Amino acid sequence: MAQNDSTTGGVMLAADGTPLKKSLDRALRAQKIRALALIAPLLLFILVSFVFPIGEMLLRSVQNTVGTDYIPDVLPNVVVELEEWDPASGEAPPEAVYRAMAIDFSAAFDNKLHTQLGRRFNYETPGMSSLFRKSGRPVTKLDPESGNLKEAFLEIDKDWGRIDYWATIKANSGRYTINYFLAAFDAERTLDGIKLKDPDERVYQKLLLRTLGLSLVITLCTLALGYPVAWLLADLPARTSNLLLILVLLPFWTSLLVRTSAWKILLQEQGVINDIWIWLGFEDRLSLINNQLGVIIAMTHILLPFMVLPLYSVMKTIPPSYLRAAKSLGATNTVAFLRVYFPQTTPGIGAGGLLVFILAVGYFITPELVGGADGTFISNRIYYQFSASGNWGLAAALGTVMLVVVLMLYYIYDKLVGVDNVKLG
Amino acid sequence: MKLVKTLLATSAMTVAAGAAFAEGHGNMANEMTIVSWGGAYQMSQTKAYFEPYSAMNEGLTILTDESSGDAVTKLRAMSEAGNVTWDLVDAVASDAMRLCDEGLAMEIDHDAMLAPAPDGTPASEDFGDMIVSDCFIPQIVYSTTFGYRTDLLPSKPESVCAIFDTDAYPGKRSLEKRPIGNLEWALICDGVSIDDVYSTLETEEGVARAFAKLDTIKADTIWWSAGAETPQLLADGEAVLGSTYNGRLFSAIAEQGQPIGMLWDWQMLDLDGWIIPAGLPEDRLARVMDFVYYATDSQRLADQAKYISYGPARQSSAPLVGQHAELGIDMAPHMPLDPANSVNTFLFNYEWWANYRDDMDAKFQAWLLQ
Amino acid sequence: MTKSANDGAFVEFERVQKSYDGETLVVKDLNLTMPKGEFLTMLGPSGSGKTTCLMMLAGFETATHGEIRLDGVSINNIPPHKRGIGMVFQNYALFPHMTVAENLAFPLEVRKLGKSEREEKVKRALDMVQMGSFGGRRPAQLSGGQQQRIALARALVFEPELVLMDEPLGALDKQLREHMQFEITRIAHNLGITTVYVTHDQTEALTMSDRVAVFNDGRIQQLAPPDELYEAPQNSFVAQFIGENNTLNGVIQSISGDRCTVKLDSGDVIDAKPVNVSKVGDRTQVSIRPERVEINKDRLSKDAHTLKAEVLEFIYMGDIFRTRLRVAGTEDFVIKTRNAPDQVRLQPGQQIEIGWLAEDCRALDA
Repeated sequence: MAQNDSTTGGVMLAADGTPLKKSLDRALRAQKIRALALIAPLLLFILVSFVFPIGEMLLRSVQNTVGTDYIPDVLPNVVVELEEWDPASGEAPPEAVYRAMAIDFSAAFDNKLHTQLGRRFNYETPGMSSLFRKSGRPVTKLDPESGNLKEAFLEIDKDWGRIDYWATIKANSGRYTINYFLAAFDAERTLDGIKLKDPDERVYQKLLLRTLGLSLVITLCTLALGYPVAWLLADLPARTSNLLLILVLLPFWTSLLVRTSAWKILLQEQGVINDIWIWLGFEDRLSLINNQLGVIIAMTHILLPFMVLPLYSVMKTIPPSYLRAAKSLGATNTVAFLRVYFPQTTPGIGAGGLLVFILAVGYFITPELVGGADGTFISNRIYYQFSASGNWGLAAALGTVMLVVVLMLYYIYDKLVGVDNVKLG
Repeated sequence: MKLVKTLLATSAMTVAAGAAFAEGHGNMANEMTIVSWGGAYQMSQTKAYFEPYSAMNEGLTILTDESSGDAVTKLRAMSEAGNVTWDLVDAVASDAMRLCDEGLAMEIDHDAMLAPAPDGTPASEDFGDMIVSDCFIPQIVYSTTFGYRTDLLPSKPESVCAIFDTDAYPGKRSLEKRPIGNLEWALICDGVSIDDVYSTLETEEGVARAFAKLDTIKADTIWWSAGAETPQLLADGEAVLGSTYNGRLFSAIAEQGQPIGMLWDWQMLDLDGWIIPAGLPEDRLARVMDFVYYATDSQRLADQAKYISYGPARQSSAPLVGQHAELGIDMAPHMPLDPANSVNTFLFNYEWWANYRDDMDAKFQAWLLQ
Repeated sequence: MTKSANDGAFVEFERVQKSYDGETLVVKDLNLTMPKGEFLTMLGPSGSGKTTCLMMLAGFETATHGEIRLDGVSINNIPPHKRGIGMVFQNYALFPHMTVAENLAFPLEVRKLGKSEREEKVKRALDMVQMGSFGGRRPAQLSGGQQQRIALARALVFEPELVLMDEPLGALDKQLREHMQFEITRIAHNLGITTVYVTHDQTEALTMSDRVAVFNDGRIQQLAPPDELYEAPQNSFVAQFIGENNTLNGVIQSISGDRCTVKLDSGDVIDAKPVNVSKVGDRTQVSIRPERVEINKDRLSKDAHTLKAEVLEFIYMGDIFRTRLRVAGTEDFVIKTRNAPDQVRLQPGQQIEIGWLAEDCRALDA
């Protein structure tokens, strides 16, 4: 294999004498640019509508802000003066801190930030919201040069002497905070350091576990119901299976709210199923809705297509000859299914399972409507924090925790099963 | 965001007329976006305010949006993005206070901007203590109260404490899935006087006492999160007793003829009204001010009560309340503040709940989880 | 090989019928007897019922009527996994999630063989198909020919007495196919196993089989060794289907013993051998193989009928010449002549006379 005329010192040259690699790169560059131009709109869309907001959300979970301003920028003097003060001393802060507060508070009042500050601190220590609101105009009337501002503050409201309030302000002196994450894990700062909250206030750990647990149950239910359906669909002639596939997709044609409400009507105690139950001669009506069972039933129904479709598309690619081969080799129907067919459908199970699980973890309308007392998901609390409470930092922290948990589960799945084994068709 | 375009007047003639009107009243925008709650409530506003105002102002387009439930969040996001597209927002008093606090709503000089009462009483006096925030233009008084199935209960409940009396009133109750209201009723029925309710709730024992009372009916309770649920649950017989907004109950009883009765005892009053987003451009602001002056005068507020059983927030409107526009029944007895209905009431305590809502909510959720 | 059917029948189809829809029969009255050790090919166009027959034998389809026997025992109601029949599938059906060795061990595992015995047998089977070093690979890492060998090894590893092959070479290229044809017959004969082979490729059928069953329209049209099939087709379908063939249509003019004359539709009269015509006046389709047409009049008997022909096209194909003629009104009459030193090369436009031995021209059903 002589390469005499196109090789110089081991480098392959093209006909015009440039290195072959270089001219290949040049030839491919145009292709790459064209390919990039084709995906550019979607890439841009994803960046703007997905990556950027998620990044923003992750940031919000640690940013210590009121509105768009960082707390140390709103209370610059207070933050400096509080450095000297130790909440553990059991004494209210010294005069200098009050003077700094008088200055910073007036500035915040002018910028309409004082009530937001109060609301911000109130997330951690109840009562501070009304303190800041009530103190609004009176504090601006104080003279920062007078010598007894501490007294003046206490005169406006005796709560200005509360050590836990000042400790909260001191704990939020930085531009960044882990307090939202502490709250997301049911912990809080106390005068004795970081501690878990009282058991009667721990909600997020329980909700997180319940969300994951119920999502897992829902995923298993969709698998148990969806697998035979997908198998049947894959086995039928195309005309019949297309018709049945439309039936599988039919739920998508009605809105989520309508479907969920339909389940309410079916499952409620005076509903159709219970009426049939009683008609059959049973005495007690069943509690099928407004509890975890209701959430499982409704969400299994809603998410079923997301399991059936990946399974179907994977099963469609498995020729029936595999099962026949297994049987011809001496395997019973069961063995042939378990050892030959089932292992080949695991990519579909993986894809459907991940899809359903991740969708389930993020659902909130259905759990809200049919979950009753014990069927709510963590998403419902995220929505509450975001919408009703306006505590976007905590909502972001909870969202981040969910994101991390889901990514971790994905990682574990990858280690156990291998993501290469996920196939949507 | 659901934008319903209500194009009300378009003819070649109106352009000239509109231009002439604008000349006389400064430069007013010909488009206005009003945000409200949707449903029957927004319909009552359309009938009482939007339609007559549009008829007077040809060429004006009123756009409506049904986002009041998320008013604070959305307005904050719009403000951060520097593009506020709303001109007037219907908000509950607590949201209005919050928007005002954050500088997202414009401060109002009620006497200068709103019409006086027919007898000349200045607006601020006529609205009185309904003006709970400098940015708030009160519109209605509504209440969260109880309805019950007249045919499924052994006797007619007279007291709100019927919800805790499962022996006398067996069956499911429906309560809102949040602490507000429920904690107050629990303590009132546990013997705490209304004046002491909030100070009691500030102590751990007080909270425990309220939840202990709620524990007694936990197994009998269906929790709702949308106002339409209770009327439906009552109509289906799923619940025999349940809380919701008084307007929803009125329509189930008077308009749909359901076998439901009103239990006004210890209704929780709340206010709803308008806020104007801060920083509107001059022409849009001029239009909104013109509209608000019209839509909050005594007669207009009384007009709204023809369509829905929420009470006008002006004292001078009360005598003007007439009959239901379609059913022809007198509306006054169905108003929350009718003397017969308001023997025992309490006002939603905005300030206390602003302080303790998150705290109580966490406790409430934890209690639900137990 | 303990039992040996004394009447020589190992596989039997008796009056077997199959219908999928209850209205039409895919297999009509099939009767077939195979002795042990035979290599039988079912050949036919698609839809002729051959694959259905194979599937009924394997147990994946049930016969609507009739009986299928294996070694004297009716297997109609025996499920496939208990029939002990090896099978090679069209697309090989190697289990993609198992290695080659695992694929081969599968039939042994389900038969609960011990580990060492399994390994021993797998090794032997792999060696048999010369794939000894491929045990650890996955099917996807093998070429088509290699997969084919593995599929064969897997069908044989549990030592079945009967092996079914459903167009096993369909996906291979020509060269590999020819090689595998040889390989399969070699192994089948070495092991002495009975083989039923399904194909629509007549070359494959002719080169590999002891006997070929030509299927059409749900029936066996002819069951015979390859040479007989080619040289003495029993009906016009078989004649058309196997090899290249010239056909002429006409009416029987006279008939005596194994000779007859046929008056073609063009008016010409030719000699033929009556095969499935019985009396004067029957319509017939006569069939003559291209290589049996004689263009040298001297080699024909004096009284033989000849036909006038015009050369339309001459194709040089290396070992043979292929010449297309206009004969008795048809323009696709083809003759093949050997490329021998003394062979004439006909020119287009040339007028010649052609003839044949009467026994090479078979008068078949029309």
